[in-house]
Amino acid sequence: MIERDYDVVIIGSGAGGGTVAQALAGLVAEGRRVLVLEQGARLADREFTGNELDMSDSLYEDSGGFLTADGTMTLAFGRIYGGSTVVYTGTSLVAPRRVIERWSVPGLAHGDIEERSRRYMVENNVHFLPDEELNDNNRLFVEGCKRTGYHAEQFPLNVRGCRGSSLCNLGCPNGAKMGTNRVQLPAAERMGVQVVTRAEALRIEDRVVVAHVRELAAGEKGAPSEWPAGSYRIRAGIVVCAGGSIGTSALLLRSGLARAVPRLGEGFTCHPAHILVAEQPRAITNDVGHPKSFYVDRAEAEGFVLETCMYFPFVTAKNLTGFGASHSALMRAFPRLQMILVLACDRAAPGNRVAVNATGRPVVHYRFTDAVVTSLVRATRASARIFFAAGAERVHAPSADPPLLDRSMQDRLDSLISERNFQSGRISISAAHLMGGCGMGRSASDSVTDSWGRVHGIPWLRVADSSLFPDALEINPYVTVMALADRTAQAVRADAGELLGGRVTLTTA
Amino acid sequence: MVGVGGATVIPGGDRFRAIMAAVVPESVSLSDDEWTDAAAIIARAIAARPAAVRRQLGLFLRALDLVALVRHGRGLRSLSAAKRTALLESLARSRVLALRRGVWGVRTLAFMGYYARPAAARAIGYRASPAGWAGVRARSGVQ
Ligand SMILES: Cc1cc2nc3c(=O)[nH]c(=O)nc-3n(C[C@H](O)[C@H](O)[C@H](O)COP(=O)(O)OP(=O)(O)OC[C@H]3O[C@@H](n4cnc5c(N)ncnc54)[C@H](O)[C@@H]3O)c2cc1C
Ligand code: SF4
Repeated sequence: MIERDYDVVIIGSGAGGGTVAQALAGLVAEGRRVLVLEQGARLADREFTGNELDMSDSLYEDSGGFLTADGTMTLAFGRIYGGSTVVYTGTSLVAPRRVIERWSVPGLAHGDIEERSRRYMVENNVHFLPDEELNDNNRLFVEGCKRTGYHAEQFPLNVRGCRGSSLCNLGCPNGAKMGTNRVQLPAAERMGVQVVTRAEALRIEDRVVVAHVRELAAGEKGAPSEWPAGSYRIRAGIVVCAGGSIGTSALLLRSGLARAVPRLGEGFTCHPAHILVAEQPRAITNDVGHPKSFYVDRAEAEGFVLETCMYFPFVTAKNLTGFGASHSALMRAFPRLQMILVLACDRAAPGNRVAVNATGRPVVHYRFTDAVVTSLVRATRASARIFFAAGAERVHAPSADPPLLDRSMQDRLDSLISERNFQSGRISISAAHLMGGCGMGRSASDSVTDSWGRVHGIPWLRVADSSLFPDALEINPYVTVMALADRTAQAVRADAGELLGGRVTLTTA
Repeated sequence: MVGVGGATVIPGGDRFRAIMAAVVPESVSLSDDEWTDAAAIIARAIAARPAAVRRQLGLFLRALDLVALVRHGRGLRSLSAAKRTALLESLARSRVLALRRGVWGVRTLAFMGYYARPAAARAIGYRASPAGWAGVRARSGVQ
């Protein structure tokens, strides 16, 4: 076991970890040693090819195919320098006031989240794309919304020099998306924070992180780790967990911390989503241009959000219901396909949680509540109306029977699209907004941390990622993750004197 | 060959090809080389799954043969394409979650083998490229 010694060790380099790394980089100038451990690899710009298979393998946990315990939903999350910010689409929204107020976490005010969010939005160059960069897929959505009375809003996006390659979820091949891999982590490294990739934190002991560094496998993308492969015991004055909702919950569970914080792993939520497609009569620009420029927010009124989207051939094929000749015909219509992503706003529900199996691997238990199914069905009906109003000839709706609806069926959408056709395990559902597991709250009886990411009863252990959400956010979450991580970093700085004191680190690396 | 390293042979390969033909009918006209590419993609994906998932897949493929035998008196591979498709469709709508999930799993693998090949993506008209708008303008000759 190789020994190392640091003042602060941050586990994970995504929206949360990257933010904390940058916010704590000032400690380095004060003589402190700050380390980020990231289990994923560091890719060179030229390795972002946009190839569906290669990039899914290189950037996602389980190549993007991580399934919930009963196999009925796919959870997408990154495993790479920059975490899920490498594969996110970059839509940047401030948390709704009503949601933060509903969370009612003592000490967490909406104004504070908003102020920090806006700071990171400026840092990430968040802005609206100009009209001339919008593609037909997005324009048709806006047109359909206008005709059906839905209020379409434009997404602010965090891009700089976007070329409209439409490949955001495969990692931007043009370095245009301002994830932590482009902004916060490089800034932190310039200020002396060390980032070690291919380094997985296996468990946490008292002020110690036990980690394993992997070799670069033959044919694998990315640079070798900054450290020699092997097992490490890293002493740390403060440990900040930022492995994401699933990663952090699993790490703390396999470290035996459920005894100290019994709520660990509970409260997992995720905005279950599915992709709807419709055939337009002629080819449209869909796989060129930024894929996600508009949305309809019906979260408060009807429990769903609609977003424009565009996916790649395999993901599209997988998300259409059924198979065989009719499925193939739809795939061959690819240049004519308009797409909408429907997202249900779920709520933390008993039993929906992150656990670990005998080998310490995360297992996510998740059941669709009736409310989620109803939200997805309502969202599908709304989308079908929008598609037809935008001129579509056929709409593929997974919760319709048959799933392919033509214009003659327009006046029967409410009866054709129905909860009774929602058969989990047959319909493809996926989620990319993973939240909860180490929720904030008052004490260990109702939560894992306080509103500053301090784990109850363990002053040197902090959390700074989406696992902090005590319930669903009902909008795209990365900006809020950054705001919460910024709070965690602030508390670390405030407590550093007491926790690190005259601590002297051994310079072994 | 698409993909790097790892397994290239699908466990239960013949059965899988029969399923693929039902899931993506045009896969029957894949050349030997194209099928080798598709099979390598599927084999690698299976090899990368946790052991429990691999076991479930093996069991499901055997169960499919058994159901075919009970319903039609012959194994899955010897069924006509129409019967094979009908059998998979009935299981996809089964009341038993494990069966629905099983069909979903094998169809997902079949789609991966077929559509994740760049040639198949091009064939359906998928054009996304890092060049984005500039690529479209170049293709259409617009400056
Ligand atoms: C395809 C996709 C599209 C999305 N689009 C948007 C969008 O447009 N807008 C938006 O607001 N949100 C979007 N999101 C969600 C957003 O990306 C996440 O909410 C956010 O990145 C979560 O931040 P995080 O720090 O909690 O986790 P992540 O960003 O996932 O980072 C966690 C990191 O920790 C590492 N890690 C985990 N465990 C360990 C360990 N034990 N040891 C070492 N490292 C570890 C992981 O490898 C990973 O790199 C999207 C997500 C996906 C997957
Ligand atoms: S659309 Fe823009 S941000 Fe997205 S991958 Fe292409 S260039 Fe990058």
